[in-house]
Amino acid sequence: MSDPKDQTIDITVDFSGGLEILFSNEKHHELSVPAQDAEGKPANVGFLINYLCKTLMTDPRADLFVLGGELRPGILCLINDSDWELEEEDAYVLQPGDNILFISTLHGG
Amino acid sequence: MNNETNSSHNGSSSSVQRDTSRPLTEEELDRYSRQMIVPGMGKEAQLRLLNAKVLIIGAGGLGCPAAQYIAGAGIGTIGVVDGDVVERSNLHRQVGHSTSRIGQPKVLSLITHLKELNPLPTYIAHTEHITPLNAADLISGYDLILDCTDNPATRYLISDICVLLCKPLVSAASVQTSGQIIVLNCPPTPQGLLEGGPYPPCYRCCFKKPPPANAQLSCGEAGILGPVVGLMGVAQAGEAIKILASNLHIPPAEGEERRPVEPTLLLYSYSLTSLMGPFTFRALKMAPRKKSCFACGEGSQERLTLEGVKRGEPNYEFFCGLGAGPKQGVLKEEERISPREFVEKVQTQKEGKYVVLDTREKEHFSFGSIEGAVNLPFGKLLSKAAQLKRSGEMTPGVEDLLPPETKVKDGEEDVPIYVVCRRGLDSQEAVEKLKEMGLDKGGKRKIVDIAGGMKAWKEQVDPSFPYL
Repeated sequence: MSDPKDQTIDITVDFSGGLEILFSNEKHHELSVPAQDAEGKPANVGFLINYLCKTLMTDPRADLFVLGGELRPGILCLINDSDWELEEEDAYVLQPGDNILFISTLHGG
Repeated sequence: MNNETNSSHNGSSSSVQRDTSRPLTEEELDRYSRQMIVPGMGKEAQLRLLNAKVLIIGAGGLGCPAAQYIAGAGIGTIGVVDGDVVERSNLHRQVGHSTSRIGQPKVLSLITHLKELNPLPTYIAHTEHITPLNAADLISGYDLILDCTDNPATRYLISDICVLLCKPLVSAASVQTSGQIIVLNCPPTPQGLLEGGPYPPCYRCCFKKPPPANAQLSCGEAGILGPVVGLMGVAQAGEAIKILASNLHIPPAEGEERRPVEPTLLLYSYSLTSLMGPFTFRALKMAPRKKSCFACGEGSQERLTLEGVKRGEPNYEFFCGLGAGPKQGVLKEEERISPREFVEKVQTQKEGKYVVLDTREKEHFSFGSIEGAVNLPFGKLLSKAAQLKRSGEMTPGVEDLLPPETKVKDGEEDVPIYVVCRRGLDSQEAVEKLKEMGLDKGGKRKIVDIAGGMKAWKEQVDPSFPYL
């Protein structure tokens, strides 16, 4: 068996509502992310948000995604098309095949 | 300033008879026949529509298409709220107006169009913007509210009043190539009630805090495609008709079987470059009313009242970060030059070499720029700078920050750089960034902001410039 530290989980991550500009203007990303965080705990959505900032974000304006250590106000996170508040928010542990969607709330009309 | 525009409407809204059993007139039978024979509709549902009163707040990209279908379906009383006048730049998406009505109040223009479509409903014109002072009076006379507005402060205000007055709310929003729609507070539930739930969410339950002001995109600034916002407006009318025809806005009677509340945010997102995006429509499951919600959660009656809203509590402008006003400039006087001075002192000095960097998006740049300007969108500039920083190649790789067209020969490294953007904010940050990256060669090379951007250029230098 391989070292659990090297194991990854395949997930998809989508951005919408303008957030995609921070991630090379791509709305859909297929990713293999570490199955564990630095402390050996199973990777959760909180870990993923940090991981995205470090590895996937191409625009340095990280404050448009994370503010004060949390997802910026005005961004919804959906886990498999459900508001993350229906799951365990950032404590939700990633499962293979999960789709995580970040949308910026819109106000125009 | 309410203006009833149908003589058949007999005074205050409460005095209108809601006749749920009358026969339909010949014209009604004919006009509504195709929708009345849809399974689940029938005479009773149509009479509910004919007796319903719907308020459309915002006569723009959402409000126009929504109003067309609301009027077409025969909703009995239709109120429209907006304080703006029709502009030519509205017409690609605000299809209830017309070229001949440019300059007219939007509400009157839209009602002119709606009456042409269906003269039977009573139309009520509210030619003013909704504010904390008039919101309750506007909303109280209607059965269902459509939020077709364009800014977060108004969206929170409308939702709060709908919670306080127990009105169902259909809320939609759109910018660029994305749209969202959600039905809120339906069926309306008394403020603060949690027992016996789950109950439907309000706007604050779903969107607890607005984004910071620098992350709020408006259609005027960021652009909007007509069909994207149009689809959302049409969907709003669809939800409104469904709710009213089926009495879904009225809480179930005892013993009545009804599917439980399933709050759903419909997301529409489309890509200009792919035939089929990774997703186009997505139905997202949202949480029900939250115990912690400011407006409708536990103890909310203590925090949010009609009197309080009128007094200015909560302060919606402040909550949405609009109190601070536009971001101010960051540069010193000598780091800036007005467009007029640029023409006089730089452009006409034929012998002096210089580089003009235009940091607008490429779509804006495609309509033209200052002669010889090279395009490097602001976001891209920041990304490239961050990349260079990460790789630690500050010098000599830093020259790669600029487009290759700006490369100068050896010995010409002091050729000045002039930076221009749309309105003169990004360009100042760009000047700072370029200096921070060392492109000013420790002060040897001038990097200067063209103050006020291409907007000022149009005003001071070239009135025919296609500024968007």
